[in-house]
Order: sequence, then C-alpha cells, then structure tokens
Amino acid sequence: MEYIIIFIAAVFVNNIVLAQFLGICPFLGVSKKVETAVGMSAAVAFVMTISTLTTYLMQKLVLDPLGLGFMQTISFILIIAALVQMVEIILKKVSPALYQALGVFLPLITTNCTILGVAIMVIQKDYTLLSSIVFAISSAVGFGLALIIFSGIREQLSLTRTPKAMQGIPIALITAGILAMAFMGFNGIV
Amino acid sequence: MKNNLKILTNGIIGENPTFVLLLGMCPTLGTTSSALNGMAMGLATTFVLICSNMTISSMKNLIPDQVRIPAYIVLIAAFVTVVQMLMEAFIPALYAGLGLFIPLIVVNCIVLGRAEAYAAKNKVIPSMFDGIGIGLGFTLALTLLGACRELLGTGKMFSLTVYPENFGSLIFVLAPGAFIVLGFLIAIINKIKS
Repeated sequence: MEYIIIFIAAVFVNNIVLAQFLGICPFLGVSKKVETAVGMSAAVAFVMTISTLTTYLMQKLVLDPLGLGFMQTISFILIIAALVQMVEIILKKVSPALYQALGVFLPLITTNCTILGVAIMVIQKDYTLLSSIVFAISSAVGFGLALIIFSGIREQLSLTRTPKAMQGIPIALITAGILAMAFMGFNGIV
Repeated sequence: MKNNLKILTNGIIGENPTFVLLLGMCPTLGTTSSALNGMAMGLATTFVLICSNMTISSMKNLIPDQVRIPAYIVLIAAFVTVVQMLMEAFIPALYAGLGLFIPLIVVNCIVLGRAEAYAAKNKVIPSMFDGIGIGLGFTLALTLLGACRELLGTGKMFSLTVYPENFGSLIFVLAPGAFIVLGFLIAIINKIKS
C-alpha cells in the first residue's frame, strides 16, 4: 500500500515536471515529436533507477558513517556522470539495439536535473532502499507521462496559426501552464 | 575598462540567459513564487558563476582537454557546496524556501555553458565581468518574473501590499502561473525586439 501511495503521489500529484519544475530543459527541448519523447523518457527511467540506487548506497554506506554529508553534491554529480558514461559503454557492447534507441539521449542526461534532484530528494525524505527505488521509477514514469502528453499537444500545435511573437517557446510554455493546471486536479487524491 | 563594461551589458541584455538564450529554466520557474525568492536564487547563481568563471579561466592551461568537462563540474560543485553551507548557516529561512534548487545549481546549464564558452578561452578579469554580467542578467530576469507572479497572485511586491489580496488570483503563485507568466514575458520581449 505504501508503495502504491508513493507511486500515485509521484506520478500525478507531485508530478516532477509540472509541479516540481525539474527537467524543464528536456521537457521543452525534445518534445517536438512523440517518438523522441518516448526515447528520452525510456533513457531517463533507466538511468534514474540505477543512479538513485547507487547514490543511496553511497550516502548510507560511505558519506553517513564517515560524517562527510557536505560532500553530497560533489559525490552525487560525479557518480551520475560516471554512471551515464558506463551505461553508454555497456549498452553499446551488450545490447546494440537498445543503444541505437537510447544512444542519442544518454549524454544529455548528465545535466538533466531530475536525476540529481531525485537522488537528493530520497535522502531528504529519509526513504528506505525499496521506497527510494519505487520513488525513482514513479518519478521517471511521471516525467515520461508529462513529456509524452506534451509532445502530442505540440505536434498538433505546430499546425495552428499563432501570433508571430508567441511562436515557439512562449506558446509552448503557456500550453505547459494549462497542462500543469489540469494536473492540479489530482491534488488531494492521496 | 570600456571593454569590460561591454562584456557586462552583453550578459545583462544581449545574451540574457533567461529571455534570450533560454537556459536554466528549472530554477527560473521553480524559485520565482515571490520577487525575493527569485532574487536570492539569482544572486546565489551569480556567486557561483563569478567564482567558477575566475577559477576555470586561471586554471585553463593546467586542465587537460580530454577531462575538462568533469573537472569543470567538480569545481562548480565545490562552489555550490560553499553557497549551500553559507546560506544554511546565515539565512536559514531563505535556504528552506529555495530547498532543492540550491544543490541543483550544479546542473544549471548557464554555469557550465559560460565555463565552456567563455572562461576556457579568455583571461581572468574579462571572465569575472562575464560572470557578473550573465549572473546579473539571470538575477534581473528571475526578480522580474517573481515580481510579476507575486503581484498577480497576492497583490504584493517584495512583500509590500500594492492592492488588496482578495483581488489577486492564487494560480499565479502556484505551478501553472510560472509557465504562463514566463510565456507571456518572452512573447512581450519578442514583440519589443521585432
């Protein structure tokens, strides 16, 4: 039950993009086509789960016992950067098909603030290891949901006539605002 | 000196990170629920930008080209940790308000972008002015966005009442308002430029 609540809260109520403003750059950058949005979401889900597991263990097994809490930001970003690089190399060797699908998005993920954000959030919320992993997966699902819905809307939006000053980013931001308003309807279900 | 002034205004107006380059959107949207929060976030980022630009520019001959990105990230993360600890000690209320977005300065593309595009190619003093200029441009943009949202949402600006709170609509302080106000601000700036 606890895990279901974490899942619903992270996907709908506190959606990582539309309520917490993390990962806006890929949200605006790779949402022009539904296919790329799906690829990006899959890559984020993959890396987020592995990196949250690794940073959680780092915090509990190394930083906490040694009293090195102040090294959190530095060590987490290094772990994430190294991990993304490693995932890229391993995927290339083990599963060329998956690498073909996710390859382009992997280097972009290091500077995606959802990854570092979720890694820090699970420490702040004092989750157990299993809850952390559930939270990471649900956050990635929430990111994917927002990104895929938004890219569907943007594909339609590119066919409409918008005022010149509003073209591109401004109209995309206002659409995202209306989408965020729709997601506010989920408030209070958990 | 004249040249440095030009670098400074370029950062504030010509290459404004928020309205022209559209970088660093997460803190821009996430921390601007009030003008004060926006300004604090902008100033924290400015501090990191100035320090990282100066250090990277003075160490550019020591860092091997192949590992420059990880080296830059470690330097930036060190300065972010400094800001984080200073804020936690001296302005705990503001630190609690900004929360997660302070450690996330590390992954703000403005900081790494300036290190790569400017500091790695120029001398220390111009890099410092570039950091100040871009940082102030970012701070101004965040303060403007925060002030608009605070005014529309609660009828206040920097916590001073402008019109009665009953006439404001809370939606502008909440998440959707951030997207909508920023969208309209960029549209207005596009209109003025053309």
